[in-house]
Amino acid sequence: MDKLLTHSPILIIVIPLVVAFLTPLIGRAGGKARNVLVVASLAFVEFLVIILARDIYLNGIHIYTLGAASPELTLPGGAMVPIRIILEVDAMSIFMGIIWATVSLTAAIYSISHMASETGQNRFYALLLLMVAGTFGMMFAGDLFNLFVFLEIASISGAALIAFRTRFADAVEGGFKYIVISAVAGLIFLFGVGLLYAQYNSLNIGFLANAMQYSTLDKIALTLFLVALTIKTGMVPLHMWYPDSYTVAPANITAMLVITSHACMYAVFRVCFTLYGITLDPATVGWIVIIIGLLTMFVGVTMAVFQTDVMRFMSYHAISQMGYMWLGVGVGLAVLGNPGALATYGRAAISGGIFHILNHAMYKPLLFMTAGALYHRTSTRDLNKMGGLGHNMKFTLILYIIGTLSIAGIPPLNGFASKFLIYESVYQFNPILAVIAMLVSIITLASFTKAFQSAFTGPQLPEYKDVKEVPKSMLIGMGILAAGIIFTSIFPGLVLERIVYPATDALINQGAYINAIMGGGTP
Amino acid sequence: MEYIPLNFPFLAAALLVGVSFYIMIFKRNLIKLIMGIAILASGVNLFLVSLGYRAGGNAPIYTDVPEGPMVLPVPQALTLTSIVINVAVLALMLTMVIHIYRHTGSLDSEKSRKMKG
Repeated sequence: MDKLLTHSPILIIVIPLVVAFLTPLIGRAGGKARNVLVVASLAFVEFLVIILARDIYLNGIHIYTLGAASPELTLPGGAMVPIRIILEVDAMSIFMGIIWATVSLTAAIYSISHMASETGQNRFYALLLLMVAGTFGMMFAGDLFNLFVFLEIASISGAALIAFRTRFADAVEGGFKYIVISAVAGLIFLFGVGLLYAQYNSLNIGFLANAMQYSTLDKIALTLFLVALTIKTGMVPLHMWYPDSYTVAPANITAMLVITSHACMYAVFRVCFTLYGITLDPATVGWIVIIIGLLTMFVGVTMAVFQTDVMRFMSYHAISQMGYMWLGVGVGLAVLGNPGALATYGRAAISGGIFHILNHAMYKPLLFMTAGALYHRTSTRDLNKMGGLGHNMKFTLILYIIGTLSIAGIPPLNGFASKFLIYESVYQFNPILAVIAMLVSIITLASFTKAFQSAFTGPQLPEYKDVKEVPKSMLIGMGILAAGIIFTSIFPGLVLERIVYPATDALINQGAYINAIMGGGTP
Repeated sequence: MEYIPLNFPFLAAALLVGVSFYIMIFKRNLIKLIMGIAILASGVNLFLVSLGYRAGGNAPIYTDVPEGPMVLPVPQALTLTSIVINVAVLALMLTMVIHIYRHTGSLDSEKSRKMKG
């Protein structure tokens, strides 16, 4: 058990990777065996993430040095520079890890029925597991180059999954857009990594943070990182690819892609807080992040209002919701250099942003999956062609309502808890920002009500008279997420205390991250 | 004068990146777009590998090593990894272009576009 815990950071990445290449082999034996293997491996990964998380909350940052005599040995033989590949998992990384493990598990369970009629399922699951491995790698990587490598693994498998249903022209188009954007963003990121390497001769985030001068070249590198990751996250004004790609992917994949976007967002926060930290001009960069967040929030929701394609409609809402996270974290970043303001509202703002990642990672995949359920039964994504589906799809209806109330921030649900935290803290920073955020929330509720009305209510349409409720595995997948939403709604304080505040403190506390690499480790 | 030959690879890398952005922004043919990305990748790879050059350094191969300092092989390793990743990306993009052409009969990015707004 102890060994399992010590090696868990690498196992979490390696298990999906190995199983990914096993699935085509096992798949020859039969679909059932393969499905069991995929779900079992993801469940095991979820278990590993949980024991690792528990250890991190108790004992602090977890380091794993690949190829070293012992995993904590970051500076072998008294070296001054960490030369090996190092995975560094702190409370923020594991926070993203918990989200990703849960969502990928539910998406895999959901796929069993949702993809049952497709051909080439062996390859589908292989790609799905590759994406799982790549995104975990992004969250755990302790150096910039591996961040890039895992980003590309996630992008390549993600693009292939978006275009998986190649019989549809739009699916291929969406996949192509995704891979083009990812390739360009990845290369811009790599250029920035090269600039930092040229100056400091290292790629390790902890080492770079320790040596950071914030020279002109560092500023250029920061710009390149921000541009690359903003593209990959899908923030306005670089969001054009986002609805196109997310609409056409199978719903379970869209649910997972939402979290890969969050992983890129995590990389932004990691770069701003941990890599540059206090050396970057926090007010300027903070305001840039805030403005991008506001723009994203507002443009996303206004574009969503007049969509008739249910997946496209939800994609624009996903864009809009990401603005809240950037707003919250941006406010925290803007006051990073001011300990007083950071303590009064900065920490709460960052926590609000991070808490919103968790909530969004539950209700948005749930909503995408309900959209997938509608598509599964009606074979259309057009809201105007649907109607009266509430008569036959009662469970989907209930799950949709839970998701809707949560995304709109209606009081008892978890969306309210995080949005309220953001409003409250942002108001102290600048009241106008909070007002815009509330306005966006109201438009969100309005447009979701409209979608609800056109899909579920009304008289039964003759063509959907024989529509049945979706299969069990899809309901189980959605049910797990809905259970998560309800749990967080009932105990928001517990969730904040146990996993959100540690993540916030891990972001703010740059010293601990550096110290885990640079301090100690020598025998 | 000694600096000019040392800086030359960086200028070449910048030129390649500039050309690639021109292609990606102004060309509408999807194959040309992919070529633009390939050129961008070459530019970044050239930049990375020229970071590892040290005048008078030896290759870090431990058999029959000549006298003198060895270079750290990290940039070379990065470049190789990046080349491999880009091969995969380019292959995937070309596959998708084949599918797009089958569906729409056109490689023009304006004509083969289905989704707007």
